[in-house]
Amino acid sequence: MDNIAGSKSTLVWTVHISVALLVLLWLFPTVGLFVSSFRTADQIATSGWWAALGEVEQNLVLRAKDPDDFRVERDSVYVVEGNLFEEGKDARISVWGTSSKAISAYQPGDKADLKKGETITVDAEGNYVWSGPESQMKGRGQRVFVTAQTPPDFTLDNYRKMLLDEKNVDGMSKAFFNTLTVTIPATIIPIVIAAFAAYALAWMEFPGRALLIAMVVGLLVVPLQLALIPLLKLHLGIGIGKGYLGVWLAHTGFGLPLAIYLLRNYMVGLPRDIIENARVDGATEFQIFTKIILPLSFPALASFAIFQFLWTWNDLLVAKVFLIDATGETTVMTNRIVELLGTRGGNWEILATAAFVSIAVPLAVFFLMQRYLVRGLLAGSVK
Amino acid sequence: MHPALQGLITIVLGVGGCLAYFFLANQALDRFIFPPRPDDRGRNINRANLVRPWLFLLPAILALGLYLAYPVIETLRLSLTDRSLGGAFVGLANYQQMMGEPKFWEAMRNNMLWLIVVPAASTAFGLLVAQLTDRIAWGNIAKSLIFMPMAISFVGASVIFKLIYDARPAGQAQIGVLNAIWMKFDGGIGSFLFLKILPAIMLIGFALVVGYAAWVVLRPILSRGSRSAWWLRLLQIGLSGLGIYLAVLALINVFRVLGAEFEYGQPQTWLTLPFWNNFFLMVVLIWIQTGFAMVILSAALRGIPEETIEAAIVDGANPFQVFFSIKVPQLMSTIVVVWTTITLTVLKVFDIVFAMTNGQWQTQVLANYMFDKLFRANDWGVGSASAIVIMLLVTPILVWNVVNARKEMK
Repeated sequence: MDNIAGSKSTLVWTVHISVALLVLLWLFPTVGLFVSSFRTADQIATSGWWAALGEVEQNLVLRAKDPDDFRVERDSVYVVEGNLFEEGKDARISVWGTSSKAISAYQPGDKADLKKGETITVDAEGNYVWSGPESQMKGRGQRVFVTAQTPPDFTLDNYRKMLLDEKNVDGMSKAFFNTLTVTIPATIIPIVIAAFAAYALAWMEFPGRALLIAMVVGLLVVPLQLALIPLLKLHLGIGIGKGYLGVWLAHTGFGLPLAIYLLRNYMVGLPRDIIENARVDGATEFQIFTKIILPLSFPALASFAIFQFLWTWNDLLVAKVFLIDATGETTVMTNRIVELLGTRGGNWEILATAAFVSIAVPLAVFFLMQRYLVRGLLAGSVK
Repeated sequence: MHPALQGLITIVLGVGGCLAYFFLANQALDRFIFPPRPDDRGRNINRANLVRPWLFLLPAILALGLYLAYPVIETLRLSLTDRSLGGAFVGLANYQQMMGEPKFWEAMRNNMLWLIVVPAASTAFGLLVAQLTDRIAWGNIAKSLIFMPMAISFVGASVIFKLIYDARPAGQAQIGVLNAIWMKFDGGIGSFLFLKILPAIMLIGFALVVGYAAWVVLRPILSRGSRSAWWLRLLQIGLSGLGIYLAVLALINVFRVLGAEFEYGQPQTWLTLPFWNNFFLMVVLIWIQTGFAMVILSAALRGIPEETIEAAIVDGANPFQVFFSIKVPQLMSTIVVVWTTITLTVLKVFDIVFAMTNGQWQTQVLANYMFDKLFRANDWGVGSASAIVIMLLVTPILVWNVVNARKEMK
């Protein structure tokens, strides 16, 4: 409707371009982490992730093959020949050197003099010829420092290490299952409790109903922070202590106001006729609830389930207070990542992979069930 | 026992227990307590129906009472007692101690900053995206991508942005985007344009917008004898005063920006720059919350009657006039909802600060201050007192929501 009075093509283009720019700006941070999680520690340390998509200039320390096994005698000198790079790696050397103090001393094709008759030549593809008298050509292979243009190179090693390696103390697999263990009961149980309460608040007449609804709306915004100490005291007092049971109970309690509010608002909108007819036909309230209301309320149930799932999966505070004890056996992913930020602050391959392991599941849920999430948001923000 | 098994049993027991409770309680009510016997069928059915709602509500009321209502009162009590004195009543001593700490005032100042910047920026960006994507073919895809950060945890987002803010010593390749861009500036004409002129223009623009908004709020009071309630007038004066203050502040800062000296060629550790690091933390939350604002506002934008827009276009309004004079006023109630919802999120923001700076370098906020007091200093009194401060800040929104909800039900 904006261009009803003749189309304004420049304006339309401006809109398209600004939306594209905004989308890119919003995606850029996540893509950065995603790309980083597929790079080796070396690559991350030597160039920004945006460079990974094109050719990267890398400083590498490579080694010629061991002379004891590979030297051949030719014209009274011993020679070792080969390629510095791994098989199939398509890199181009721009400069190279033989000492860490002068890593760019030679151009490709130059001959480096290593004293006592020993020389080495390296060309742009990494082929080298290393030769010298017998006394020099022994022990370990000659080190070569190269600055090379390497093509984009991605690896799944980070994920393998973080998820499958049992010995890795930084691994995420246990935290992943702990998070799952927290999330699923904490999502399902409040739904059941809230559904009954919402039905009563929506379709039953009783004194105090309006007051109860107002209370639910009020509790909707009570900050979690208030509940921490009293509930921790309570849990320690009645013997639940810190553990899964405590965190399930806490998430159930904290999720209930939103659940009741969402479900009640939805159930109120269901057609009155169906419920009245069922009542006339002699159905009990329990039957009406399980046979009619629950199936019809599926969209609202799904909305809340997604909310609660995202919230419990992404939660740090509740888990830290009610779940994680001194042994750290029950740590969840968010807590694990915060710990890694402290101990492995510079190791971006570990951090990026750990973060992405924890982000992947909510993202999948988000893209699969976005419709319900949007519907829930629209119904859930208090108007 | 393996936790996964324990989880499974809990699901079965929890869900099964709830269902069994509801089923058995209803059965008991209908069959045994008030059975519809021929002689008093009518009376007993009525009596059963009086009790039944409470059966349905009982578990929820218990859980809500124990996990949300009771803690509010208990926290209030704890904030007035001292744990080290065996829980003796100490009056307002905890509050006094808290008020005496510079860290608390730092947290208050930062929280106020968060409260102004994050809701404003998220709502503004959300409105912008909602409007821009409203009529274009691939709008839904664009919206879905901008909405995506909502699914990412605060901790995950913190890692994402820490990579962006990463700094390496000068001479090494910068792997943080922000420093990579920063190192491109060398004090030449490009730097002058982007770091002096552009921010100055943005500040002037901000001052104009805020000043205009303040004028719009103030105008009805000045022009004629306003008939609105005194508290509403007081609120209007307060709001416009705040607007004028911000506008003046922005104008003063134009000169500071123009006169500023930058350390060109020096990589910056963004998260340790006092004062400005707060904004780098806020960016994380704005990035997340914009999607939320966009979804709500986009739906509201669709709900605006077409006739009002068509009429404006027929009258010769340009697209900007249509947006600011026709659409925004009709969106006002939704904007308020979005604003208050984000305000609530901001008040509780904990994870971002905890993961990125942990309140160092003057980035403390209330929620993290409270966590510090509770679990590091082990001072439950002061911790509870700061929780009560958060509660007090939330209370106006709580009251507003309850009043509105009651109005809607009538």
